[in-house]
Amino acid sequence: MADTTAVSRPGVRTAAPAWVRDGGVYVALLALVLVNLVLTDNFVTLTNLRTQLVQVAPVMVVALGMALVIGTEGIDLSVGSVMAIAAAVIPLWLGYGPLPAIAIAIVAGAACGLVNGGLVAFAGVQPIVATLALLVAGRGLALVLADGQLKDIRNPTLLALGEDSAAGIPILVIMAAAAALVLAFVMRRSTFGRHVVAVGGNRTAAFLAGLPVKRTLVTVYVISGVLAAIAGIMQTARLQASDPSAIGVLIELSAITAVVVGGTPLSGGKVRILGTLAGALLIQLIRSTLISNNVPDSTAQMVLAAIIVLAVAIQRREAVR
Amino acid sequence: MNEPLEHETAVPGAPVLEARAVSKGWPGVVALDAVSFDLALGEVHALVGENGAGKSTLIKVMTGVHPPDAGEVRYRGAKVAFSGPREAQGAGVSTIFQEVNLVPLMSVAQNIFLGREPRGRLGLVDTGRMERDAAQLLERYGVHVDPSLPLRALGVGVQQMVAIARAISIDVRVVIMDEPTSSLEPREVEILFGTIKSLREQGVGIVYVSHKLDELFRICDRVTVLRDGKLVHTGAVAELTRIRLVALMLGREVAEVRDRGVTEFGDGHAAIGGEPVIEARGLRRRHVLHDISLSIRPGEVVGLGGLLGAGRSEVAKALAGAQPLDGGEVFVEGRPVKSGSPPAAIRAGVAMIPEDRKVEGIIPHLSVRENIVLAALPRLSRGGLVSEKAQDELVETFMKRLRIKASSPRQPVGELSGGNQQKVLLARWLCLSPKVLILDEPTRGIDVGAKAEVQSLIDELAGQGLGVLLISSELEEVLEGSDSVVVLREGSVVDVLRGDDVAEAPLMAALAGGQEHADG
Repeated sequence: MADTTAVSRPGVRTAAPAWVRDGGVYVALLALVLVNLVLTDNFVTLTNLRTQLVQVAPVMVVALGMALVIGTEGIDLSVGSVMAIAAAVIPLWLGYGPLPAIAIAIVAGAACGLVNGGLVAFAGVQPIVATLALLVAGRGLALVLADGQLKDIRNPTLLALGEDSAAGIPILVIMAAAAALVLAFVMRRSTFGRHVVAVGGNRTAAFLAGLPVKRTLVTVYVISGVLAAIAGIMQTARLQASDPSAIGVLIELSAITAVVVGGTPLSGGKVRILGTLAGALLIQLIRSTLISNNVPDSTAQMVLAAIIVLAVAIQRREAVR
Repeated sequence: MNEPLEHETAVPGAPVLEARAVSKGWPGVVALDAVSFDLALGEVHALVGENGAGKSTLIKVMTGVHPPDAGEVRYRGAKVAFSGPREAQGAGVSTIFQEVNLVPLMSVAQNIFLGREPRGRLGLVDTGRMERDAAQLLERYGVHVDPSLPLRALGVGVQQMVAIARAISIDVRVVIMDEPTSSLEPREVEILFGTIKSLREQGVGIVYVSHKLDELFRICDRVTVLRDGKLVHTGAVAELTRIRLVALMLGREVAEVRDRGVTEFGDGHAAIGGEPVIEARGLRRRHVLHDISLSIRPGEVVGLGGLLGAGRSEVAKALAGAQPLDGGEVFVEGRPVKSGSPPAAIRAGVAMIPEDRKVEGIIPHLSVRENIVLAALPRLSRGGLVSEKAQDELVETFMKRLRIKASSPRQPVGELSGGNQQKVLLARWLCLSPKVLILDEPTRGIDVGAKAEVQSLIDELAGQGLGVLLISSELEEVLEGSDSVVVLREGSVVDVLRGDDVAEAPLMAALAGGQEHADG
């Protein structure tokens, strides 16, 4: 059975070797830390690491949901607006206590995911169009819910969520790590995880094999919506304010970048959880490296754009193979 | 009925479009091998051949989609190299592709005049005139629609007529039609044939690609047959019999009697018996399937014969719950199966290996293991979690049994050879212990060794009491592998061959249809 002679590798192998595709993000992360050791004062310290992780945690949570959606050959542009809806819902329900408020925010996120998934799976709308609709409408809804106003959060439980640590690790970071662990387990061991990559890898084949294609699609968008809502709660807790007009603006781009840089192809069929976390961290560190070396944020955004192009180019090569 | 289009005074019989010894290939594939083709003004020239014969490639070379590797394309007596269909159309060679390629959201009139809209003062589009002209043009072909309607509001048949109107409203000398009737109603087909006749009278040359023999014999003057990228015949349609044409397409001599033993199939299955394990009653789908009924008993291999486009794959998919139906029912062991639902068919015990392994079968990124267990996930999992142990045992059993060659169960399936990919698909379905196995071209594109293995496996499975439906474009495979053959033509069952009739001559006669019989 170890006989490999009959194994053919059709087509021409092109430049990017597998390790660049699969491990490139970790190498880049390591290189960036090394550069900063030399270049930036006080960069590689525990305090800075904490700061960076707390800042990136909501992005990571959003990116995890995005990775699943992209794994089915889809995309979810509405995540920022779902964060805004979650943020807008919290002060409305905080009178009943923090837990009901959080629960309602999560239910709102799930409902948004249900709308996206329903449009994609049952109405056959292209993911980019379906979620673009909610990107626009969701922000509007959030502003209506919040009366267009920023509201301070003074609830001690929510503030603790944003500020406190357990065993020295910020709670926000623990939440992101927990989300990653759960998803990694689901993708590795559950039938649902298999369905996601099968539907993304070859939807016709998955349908013919009797897989619940539509249910799988709806579920990934619901997961993405729930995770976006959780990210909205996290961000609200961290900022100590519900700000539906600014929260999560352009976060879909950071999340998509994190997923793609982390080695999940936009063409679906593969989901990399750890790679997505590393991708999010890489983007965060690049941005803060540039800023702490007095490069303006606008330039930092251009550098990020270049990284997206590079990551996609490396994956294109794989698709051509 | 048609206003004369402007064209040069045609010399009847002079070639207007010509391909001279054209070759075209891609790495590992020869699509066209020194094929010559010529079209005279005022003739309808049929271009026929089975899958992979090279018809589409020839059309694409002649219209400039692909440059030829060797040989030349000549138009009106001079060598040409069109940069694409657009330039070809500008020069007077219009192509109507199989898939209607119009803009669904634009109006009928806009589609007809796309890129050459009538202009009014100030250079703006004169919509009123455009719609009047469009209505007039369509009237001539018997199509009565409001030209301001968006195209997608119309049926496929009318869309096809709009495409044709668009193609011939331009000053054309050559019209290439790729299966123009595949989505037309009989009434619309008559209108189309009327149009073709009037075009021919005006001296326009028409290349007509179709699998429907009736049409070829009705409206075509000459026919060119391609097979495996080679030219096998050109001549007047009137000189051919239907069966001779089918023989040319399939690469057979009518009288040729083949020895048995080309394939690995045994001599028929003794243990056929009992009630049908699967039965289809009156399967219907507009334009595709017309009242198809068939049944398979345990241990029986039923072949499905038919030319390209006869509806073989659609029947296979219908039995597997993957083909939307307008009517009809499928029964497995006497119990009706919910139609249009692969999971229901799978639960009832129906397994299907689809025709296109890459597009419909394997999931290339996933490992051999994950591909094999894909359909078996429900029975390998508890509480939504996959049991790794049960999964690995199953995968090991089937990799051994089918001798799947992979470096490990973790190797991505996309890296395996075609034969091993096919075995992975067989494993995917066999591990469900199905009652019915539907095989659509199970040996296409796999090497000789794997082919023999798959063929003897089919025999073995039938011996174990499975009902097998076998589709193959290789005659030997169907004839030697099957106990009986159901012959399809244009979506209908036209014949069922049993016993001694499971042989080449009766099959070809059935494929050709009409009243003729093989005299060989």
